[in-house]
Amino acid sequence: MSETTYRICPRSGMQFDTKAEKLMRWNAVAGVLALLVGGIMALGVILTRWPSVKLLDAETFYLVLTAHGVDMLLVWIIFFEMAVLYFTSSTLLRCRLATPGWAWVQFWLMAIGAVIGNVAILSGNSSVMFTSYAPMQASHWFYLGIILFAVGALIGCFVFMGTLVVAQRDKTYEGSIPLVTFGALTACIIAIFTLLQGAAILVPTWLWSLGVVKEIDALAYRMMWWGLGHSSQQINVAAHVAVWYLIAGVVLGAKPLSEKVSRMAYFMYILFLQLASAHHLLSDPGMSSEWKVLNTSYFMYFAVMASMIHGFTVPGAIEAAQRKKGFTNGMFEWLRKAPWGNPVFSGMFISLVSFGFIGGITGVVLGTEQLNMLMHNTFYVPGHFHATVVSGTTLAFMSLTYLLIPILFKREIAFPKMAQAQPFVFGGSMAVLTVVMMGAGTLGVSRRHWDMAFSGAPFQYEWPGAAYLMMGMTGFFGVLACIGGAMFLIVTVGSLLIGKKLDDGQISATCTPHPKGSVSDRATAHGDAEHVAVPGTVALAMLLLATFVLYYFVNWKYLSEVWGLS
Amino acid sequence: MSALLPPSQRNWFKQPIDKMEWLWIGLAFVWGMILFFMMIYWHINGKQNLSNETYKSTREMYSAKAEKWVAENTVRKETEREIPVVKAKPGEDVYLIARLWEWWPIVEMEKGQTYRVHLYSMDYNHGFSLQPTNINIQVVPGYEHVVKMTPNQAGTFAIVCNEFCGIGHHSMLGRIYVK
Repeated sequence: MSETTYRICPRSGMQFDTKAEKLMRWNAVAGVLALLVGGIMALGVILTRWPSVKLLDAETFYLVLTAHGVDMLLVWIIFFEMAVLYFTSSTLLRCRLATPGWAWVQFWLMAIGAVIGNVAILSGNSSVMFTSYAPMQASHWFYLGIILFAVGALIGCFVFMGTLVVAQRDKTYEGSIPLVTFGALTACIIAIFTLLQGAAILVPTWLWSLGVVKEIDALAYRMMWWGLGHSSQQINVAAHVAVWYLIAGVVLGAKPLSEKVSRMAYFMYILFLQLASAHHLLSDPGMSSEWKVLNTSYFMYFAVMASMIHGFTVPGAIEAAQRKKGFTNGMFEWLRKAPWGNPVFSGMFISLVSFGFIGGITGVVLGTEQLNMLMHNTFYVPGHFHATVVSGTTLAFMSLTYLLIPILFKREIAFPKMAQAQPFVFGGSMAVLTVVMMGAGTLGVSRRHWDMAFSGAPFQYEWPGAAYLMMGMTGFFGVLACIGGAMFLIVTVGSLLIGKKLDDGQISATCTPHPKGSVSDRATAHGDAEHVAVPGTVALAMLLLATFVLYYFVNWKYLSEVWGLS
Repeated sequence: MSALLPPSQRNWFKQPIDKMEWLWIGLAFVWGMILFFMMIYWHINGKQNLSNETYKSTREMYSAKAEKWVAENTVRKETEREIPVVKAKPGEDVYLIARLWEWWPIVEMEKGQTYRVHLYSMDYNHGFSLQPTNINIQVVPGYEHVVKMTPNQAGTFAIVCNEFCGIGHHSMLGRIYVK
């Protein structure tokens, strides 16, 4: 019944539905293109917030900041996630992609939406930031662009679901779907909730910008919009955790410590992550404290618990695999002798550590009802989410790209030395950047603010000297991070254009099984790692917990010193 | 297509969980409970909790109240813009207006006294970011938020708007004197 053919990659044993393969490539390339645009915008943002440089005027700065947010948080990540969805379904399950025609509708709707949105922003009448809080109004094209983009993404989710059905019906796998696909399914379910909630607010807002709807309640907008804005970051969490498992499996043959636990942790994401829109309303009027406490904690921190479980089991899986290979000396030989020269691995591991230690801990502190008042809308907020979305998601996706260049794009990586250095330059500078951004935020520096000197204000406020130091460091490490991002683009685009062409592999008219022992086999294996003690991971986990506890209570101490509020 | 390679350990659900992993799950659970109950504990024993007292209001209603209060309690005017400095009465209401692009008026308070500070935005979302003490509250148009504040140190405090509100956002600065 299938009208497609299947290519078996000779390097990995992975099977690509020829139609799906093209879609994966187009979606990934569109994502990388958005990363380029968003990256140029990032440079504009960072060079303006660097107090001694202050490159752009206020109007351009807010325009560039809006474009940076939209292109990075939406366009780059969601395009790439579409490629991930098609890969984890049709390739890992070795079946055809359901409805490739609809998948092209997904691609073109998202592409057209992204172009419309970008043109609206660049034309200068939609500098409303990524959040576009009503009653501040953008051009109606801005909302239309985002709506088209979201509808496209929603179609992609259904194509993924349909492909799972195809695989099950054609019996291309046995037992359960692989853990990585299960993670992608989690991301997909969260995405469907999220995009529908986004439609529920963006469609009325679009009608309001056209004058059809008279008024949008400012608070209702914030609540509904964050159902899109925050929850879409939870899609990323589920997706990049799936990528961590995939890379650990592919590069090291690692299996989770317990597949049952890892799957339960994903299931907890589905149940609880959706409550997170409250994180943005903790310092708002109108919602009760009970509502805030219950929602901000994902109903008693069950989603945080899930992340802590993944944060233990991914390095644990790596440690177990390494110890089985004979790296058993001391606590950390497995880590020292890990394949740090392979950017697929190094990027993934830096992503894991940065997400856990920096993004995760600060996210919980920021999402604590009362502590939020110390940081709400300060520079702490972008500091935190760059640690999650950039160090976490973007770096994980970059690592996956390095894996996919030979497999999916059939090219050798051009500039391998640059590729090797890239995760360290990008991940390292991003780690310092996020910490100094949060440092500035702790001192009160505002986010989305053009001028720390308040020019034109009737009086002055002088920020502490340390705040200027932190912002100067933000500028320096931000530029370094931009260079790291540019290195990724040079390697990726270079590989696609001038990388040595690799063998296509056999074309088959029917689906074929996983070749035993191949990369493809490792990416989809079931079952737990054989029981090996993982003392290094336990030590890392305890260090994480100790840091977490200490930092959490330091912030309560800090809160207890500010003005009384009741 | 049925006899594809059977996965190595298909019955993953029956495999036992290692005790170190159980320990970590237990620790994560306990820590989650501490995180949760800490917020409730602070509502009972902490001195910094954001008030839930909110009213729906309109620009006209709010500015009438605020302007009346300013007219009755102004002690002097400051800056070229002649911004009124209003002496607040301990225990009573203070009305602050956020609008493009100012926090109006200037308020004088006393250390250790409690005030009912009303926050209201006349147009877009704004931010109430009190510096250098660093308290940050969102101000949403249409909603009058009453926050009881007790200054615990004397000095000159700035109210920085930290929600993007347009081209003049960076010049939106207010002031509170605490004696």
